[in-house]
Amino acid sequence: MSKPFVDIRHAAKKFGELEVLHDISMQIGKGEIVAIIGPSGSGKSTLLRAINDLDPLSSGEVWLEDMQVNKALPPRQYEKHINQVRQDIGMVFQHFNLFPHLTVRGNITLAPKMLKGISDAEANALAEEQLKRVGLLERIDYYPSQLSGGQKQRVAIARALAMKPKVMLFDEATSALDPELVEEVNQVMKQLAEEHMTMIIVTHEMGFAESVCDRVVFMDGGYVVEEGPPEVLFRNPSHERTRNFLRKHLQGQS
Amino acid sequence: MDFDLILRVYPFFLEAAWVTIQLSVYSIALGLACGALGAAARLSRSKPARAAGAVYVSVIRGTPALIQLFILYFGGPQIGIQLDAFEAGVIGLGVNIGAYMTETMRGAIIAVDKGQGEAARTLGMSRAQAMRKVILPQAARLMIRPLGVNINAQIKGTALVAAISVVELTYTAQRYIGSTYKPFEMFFLAGVIYLVIIYATGLGISYLDRKAALR
Repeated sequence: MSKPFVDIRHAAKKFGELEVLHDISMQIGKGEIVAIIGPSGSGKSTLLRAINDLDPLSSGEVWLEDMQVNKALPPRQYEKHINQVRQDIGMVFQHFNLFPHLTVRGNITLAPKMLKGISDAEANALAEEQLKRVGLLERIDYYPSQLSGGQKQRVAIARALAMKPKVMLFDEATSALDPELVEEVNQVMKQLAEEHMTMIIVTHEMGFAESVCDRVVFMDGGYVVEEGPPEVLFRNPSHERTRNFLRKHLQGQS
Repeated sequence: MDFDLILRVYPFFLEAAWVTIQLSVYSIALGLACGALGAAARLSRSKPARAAGAVYVSVIRGTPALIQLFILYFGGPQIGIQLDAFEAGVIGLGVNIGAYMTETMRGAIIAVDKGQGEAARTLGMSRAQAMRKVILPQAARLMIRPLGVNINAQIKGTALVAAISVVELTYTAQRYIGSTYKPFEMFFLAGVIYLVIIYATGLGISYLDRKAALR
């Protein structure tokens, strides 16, 4: 791999005595799509949320290109710095977290207008462009409560994309959806993959991970147990824990 | 029941009711300001601010409003605070209800789903921006009803300032009892007027709550 785009160096996280991440290092290349899988409590969401410092690490570094995300700075400067860096890191949540008091348009335009100083007209064009991308242009003046779960998540993706992020983080983006709504969100993510968006995806969906991702990372108990291309990790895992997890997961699905 | 008497005195009671309404409006406005400041202090990242907010709330809620009014009105001049009875009433009642409103507002703000702030911060908003544009608009809707409860309590609470001789509704009732010896009629009339004020206020709050309801 050439120079890493997202570089996690010796990431560790403790909640009091409990160590949820043990010395994790991981490099992600530009345009690479990485799935992080593992049982609940394995630390995969914590790791993902450390990348944009929503859950700060106890030690270790996160880099995005040539910028250290979790740079040691005095609090005020750090606030400025992290708010700037976060504009480059889109994030999609399990429960969408759309702003219920704003329309779809308002959800998408709020941050770009506030943070990038663009005009209303530009912001509207931006919202329309991003909604077209996720196939929801006709819902632009709806409120989140008037949308299905799948539509909400697609709007949440459009909202993140409107900041023109360099990397997208997905934290179990389809886990809260009814099964029949999962596919429409997966389609949008596949499309982003085809556009070579750099993506880090925490997921329970092995089928999706296998078909879309370049690399799969299996985490358990705060460790990266193994990682590799999906065809290797899913078909021929080298660790007993990975095999156990995959076996249980497949049983759970059948 | 002496209806003739009631008909004779009720214009004076309406005048007094106007004082009650003024006391209510001013003290509620002051209370909302104190509540906003108190909630901001209690939710602040600064430890001294949090401590100040906590002391305010526990001291005010831990002592009788009547004692607070007495300290302000009767004790004030001793420490150089000269207020007339109406001013002391507004300030005393306002600062008092402000402590309850602090807790109401704080409760509404922390009741907004944590994911809302996270989503805002993830987009690059500062804490203040996320609070202003994402959390407060949602919290505002949540606080209308409980603030309505505080406001209801405050309107009734204005009766306390009769004790520092503000000529409002309760004081007026007492004064007319002195000359008519008809406590039932006088308190009954005052009670009816309080009921009307509170009922009208309740309608207003329900209206606001419906209007602000999420689509």
